Amino acid sequence: MSVLAALLRKELRLELRTLESVPGMMLFSLTIFVVFHFALDRATVEGDLAAGILVVTLLFAGMLGLNRLYVADEEQGGFDGFLLAPVDRTWLFVAKAIALFAYLVALEIVMVPAFALLLLEPGLGQALPELLLVLALTNAGFAIIAALVGAIAVRTRARDLLGPLIALPLLVPVVIAAAGLLEPLLREGGAGGLDAKWLAILGLYDLVFGLLSVAVFDPLLED
Amino acid sequence: MYGKGLRGLSVATIVVLVGAFAVAAFYAPLDADQGFRQKIFYLHVPLAIVALAGFIVAGLLAIQHLRTREPIWDLRSYVAIHISLILGVAVLVTGAIWAKTSWGVWWLWDEPTLVSFLIVFLLYGTYTPMRFAIEDRERQARYASVFAIAAGAFVPICFGAVRAQPQEVHPQTFGSGELPGSMWLTFLVCLAGMALLFYTLYRFEIATKLARGRLRSLRRQLLDDAPVQRRSAAPII
Repeated sequence: MSVLAALLRKELRLELRTLESVPGMMLFSLTIFVVFHFALDRATVEGDLAAGILVVTLLFAGMLGLNRLYVADEEQGGFDGFLLAPVDRTWLFVAKAIALFAYLVALEIVMVPAFALLLLEPGLGQALPELLLVLALTNAGFAIIAALVGAIAVRTRARDLLGPLIALPLLVPVVIAAAGLLEPLLREGGAGGLDAKWLAILGLYDLVFGLLSVAVFDPLLED
Repeated sequence: MYGKGLRGLSVATIVVLVGAFAVAAFYAPLDADQGFRQKIFYLHVPLAIVALAGFIVAGLLAIQHLRTREPIWDLRSYVAIHISLILGVAVLVTGAIWAKTSWGVWWLWDEPTLVSFLIVFLLYGTYTPMRFAIEDRERQARYASVFAIAAGAFVPICFGAVRAQPQEVHPQTFGSGELPGSMWLTFLVCLAGMALLFYTLYRFEIATKLARGRLRSLRRQLLDDAPVQRRSAAPII
């Protein structure tokens, strides 16, 4: 557990000192909202369109985080240092996933209010607790997949291409479930409830891929 | 030496597959609703089932690779994915033809079965570029196995998640209980034929790859002129 704490401290300190990922992700998400505004030619959105825009923006901004997640370890010897330490390698996966989860939360603190301000018609207040729950489950799914795929992609030659290319199809079930859950929450004129079926799928996805990634992460770090 | 038993297997595959299509064409009754175009069912569904099963089997072979670290398991996993991808193209094409004749469009986004197959296909489409982008052979094999395991687990999850949506018009093969016995029989024969085809192709590719690797090492030993190894997505034994 102290291993995890140490790794996590290192990740967050690195991010705080270099500010490599999170500000870029925030700026990118705002730019995507502007792009959506002009591409759709809509001043406000609600319902399924709003859910789609929110999920897609989160996904694309998150891809920046995925691409940066292991770059410092690969280029500046972080992997070597970690491999020399007598600890279980799986902790690196856990730490990376939690760190990315934290980045996504930081991103959403800016992105979601900005979305409400710029595009969303009904306002966030009508279903805030449900919205936070859905976003948390979506972040968890994204962070798990990104921490696994990022570790694969960073040591290939075409890393910036391969990461999103592998991660996007894997994340499609998350997108489907998150969009299905968000649609009634962002509906104009009163939010609908959460669909238990989609909630179960999203939770199950996080659980299965979390366990699976922990099981298969070890061989990625052998040399 | 590497192709032992392949001749018999090939003959058996041809006999079963041709027989299966003959049964499908002449014995199976015409569908009351769809008529003759329903016959593509006997090609499309076995193809899809065998391709998806191939992906899952590749994941199991990859587990074996990570456990034993024998390159042969990586080769097996690679070949299974490779052939499943080729069958996957056939699934998408036959499915599109069926959709056009039956629903009047080539593609239908409302259909979870179509969409989930496409997602799985796109995911496995990145397998070869990923292998190609890793130069170190040993690492390539390890990473490919991790990919194959994660993607193999993804196949049932993706189908489960997408199937939770209400089905619109894609016919459900199983569970409807309305298929007459003669259609079931024909379908099972076709499925057996397709599985045999998969296995035969799999054996052929493995035999080719092993023979080529052996030839290369012999040349290196005896003639000392082994051609320069190009970078490749395929495992080299």
